[in-house]
Amino acid sequence: MAAAAFYDLDGTLVRTNLVHAFAFTARNQQGLVKSALKTVYTLASVPMFLAADFWNRRLFNDLFFVRYRGESEDRLRSMAQELFDTVLKPSIFPGAYELIDKSRQLGLRQVIVTGALDLTVAPLARHLKIDDYVTNRLEFVDGYATGRLLPPIMAAATKASWMRIYAEKENLNLSDCYGYSDSLSDLPMLSVVGHPTAVNPDLRLRSTALQHDWPVLDLR
Amino acid sequence: MRERAPKILRGPVPRNKEDDQVVYIDSDSAPRILFSGEDLLLEDLPIGTRVIYPKPPIEGLANPGAAIRYALNHPLGADPLYAQLQPGMRVTIAVDDISLPLPPMALPDIRQTIIEILLEQLDANGVDDVHIIIANCLHRKMTEAEMRRMVGKKIHDAFYPDRYYCHDVEDADGLVRLGATEHNEVVNINRRAVESDLVIYVNINFVPMDGGHKSVTIGLCDYETTRAHHEPVTMRASAYMDPKHSMLNTKIERQGAIVEKHMNVFHIETVLNNRMFAGPTAFLSKNEDEFTEIDRLKFEGMRWTLSKMPAAAKRKLFHSVPAQYQMIAVHAGKTEPVHEKTLARCFEQYAVNVRGQADILICGVPFISPYNINSILNPILVQTMGLGYFHNMFRGKPVLKKGGVLILTHPCYDEFDHVQHPSYIEFFNRILPETRDAMVMHHKYEEEFAKNPSYIEMYRRGTAYHGVHPFNMWYWGEHGRQHIGKVIAAGAQNAHVPAMLGWDRAESLTEAIAMAKSFTGPSPEITMMHHPPIVMADME
Repeated sequence: MAAAAFYDLDGTLVRTNLVHAFAFTARNQQGLVKSALKTVYTLASVPMFLAADFWNRRLFNDLFFVRYRGESEDRLRSMAQELFDTVLKPSIFPGAYELIDKSRQLGLRQVIVTGALDLTVAPLARHLKIDDYVTNRLEFVDGYATGRLLPPIMAAATKASWMRIYAEKENLNLSDCYGYSDSLSDLPMLSVVGHPTAVNPDLRLRSTALQHDWPVLDLR
Repeated sequence: MRERAPKILRGPVPRNKEDDQVVYIDSDSAPRILFSGEDLLLEDLPIGTRVIYPKPPIEGLANPGAAIRYALNHPLGADPLYAQLQPGMRVTIAVDDISLPLPPMALPDIRQTIIEILLEQLDANGVDDVHIIIANCLHRKMTEAEMRRMVGKKIHDAFYPDRYYCHDVEDADGLVRLGATEHNEVVNINRRAVESDLVIYVNINFVPMDGGHKSVTIGLCDYETTRAHHEPVTMRASAYMDPKHSMLNTKIERQGAIVEKHMNVFHIETVLNNRMFAGPTAFLSKNEDEFTEIDRLKFEGMRWTLSKMPAAAKRKLFHSVPAQYQMIAVHAGKTEPVHEKTLARCFEQYAVNVRGQADILICGVPFISPYNINSILNPILVQTMGLGYFHNMFRGKPVLKKGGVLILTHPCYDEFDHVQHPSYIEFFNRILPETRDAMVMHHKYEEEFAKNPSYIEMYRRGTAYHGVHPFNMWYWGEHGRQHIGKVIAAGAQNAHVPAMLGWDRAESLTEAIAMAKSFTGPSPEITMMHHPPIVMADME
């Protein structure tokens, strides 16, 4: 039976996170004043984002993605490649290439399961030669973002249930699959695979991983 | 009726001796000290028990520097080193890793002394393209602090990290296929070494299994190369401390011939004495019958202190005390003539004449093995020490009769180091509950562990043993597993670790001996090997 390697993205394969990607959008608004204001507003919100993420990933999503309200879809799509070239590509951990390469050599399907946006993930997935990915998607009405996400919202248990469905659909044996994440919020995702690994983990995931005797990997 | 003289006036009781190091327990004998992990046990052994002690340390060479220079200038089967050096040539110095010696030796490490002399000679002859590679193979990579300690600050600062680094078995670009033997045993070796005009290997021969062709051929190879012999069939047929009767050694020599054909290797081998304990702990090497009052006080003080300390603190303490080894031989030149001289000196230090096999063998398992420096002796490594190292410390035939009982004193704690031994944890918790059959493990699971991307990255980027290493360690015990009838873990603090290893558990050594007697019969020949320091039985 085939198997796959499921990767979280932010903090696991790349140094950046959702806020970095949004900050790029914020500082590339039409007009200097708008760019400056949005950048300052984003920076000022960082402590709130951190607190929300620490508390609950869903709360973070609710507070964070609303910042995209009013952004044009065309503009976001046209900036995606530039975002990748200037922000994401330099942030890929050196060990990520090796990890994916060794994993591919094992014949595992490479799948990214992330809460980041599809617009930002697509170029990165192509660059890393990822076979499949699932992301969060912004809701657009008349070509403009509403600040809401389209379901299913990729976070915590939703990632795990998506992986289960994906494995069933693709005839994968989850016991032979590998999972990689940096955050305790991905505990469900790590728990459904036979080979979970904590990558560059925060303190909470590190202690959980040690309790469960999971490998702890540092790709930085 | 003649009255028996009071005990105190009778004087020392003559003991039946095979060698000065072989002592038999009688009614007057003192209790014996055994290691049990990080603790020391004091046990009364049954009368008639044979205790085999290590030989006293051979006096170290008075001037190691002069001896090294002499060896370099008078090599065996090769031109003197200076005559092989030319300006502009590419030279690689490969060194044994931290697994040798045990525990790490007091500074200066003999590798530092040798490399300092080598660098002087290389510099004087205009050779400046020099790399120093640690030949760690599937062992963990050393930390920067450990690497600095090994060669000294001056060399470390000059060479680390670009020209002083650990070999990487997973760096496909950094390996070259030299060929394969007639038995289809492939040989892949570190590219920098292969492409060098001269490879100088700096070895520490701690046990007879070390050195010779194993140094370059295994130290600088990859997983595919080790698969030729790090597998159950070879290990079952290998009394690996007796190179002449070791299939492991035969296979490595075959691969070594290919290395010799393609590479110019100048081998420097050293032999250390067994001065593992010195100063305040010197009593641990002594026959307990010869203890002075001071020795007894020191022992009781040490045992009391250890009993009050938590396990982690004891571990830290033991690992921080270096051994006071001294070099007793150094030879240089072609691999085989050098190794022959090395082995002869090695056996001179370690081999003790022993007559007759035993029904029960008792060994105290200490806190350390070649695979847990600054770490935990986990259950798999306890198995390696018992069924692998201690069982194999013989020449000729095993100390234990076929089907005999091996008693190991160790707490068998269920503790693993997540940084150094991540794949051991999965091996212990996932593979061992399913099978202890090395052949099944080899065919069904070995490759999965060897190619697990997480373990590979932990090996490459951290200080983890390669994913396949626990399998190798299990195979290491295969000769013992096939030979020994029963293993009893005396003093194991839990039941599940011995059970998982396929062993019996006893509360104490006395209980273990009683259990062993029910297996062997009521009057068994009992032998205790008084490790550490290292002692090998030269069996008649």
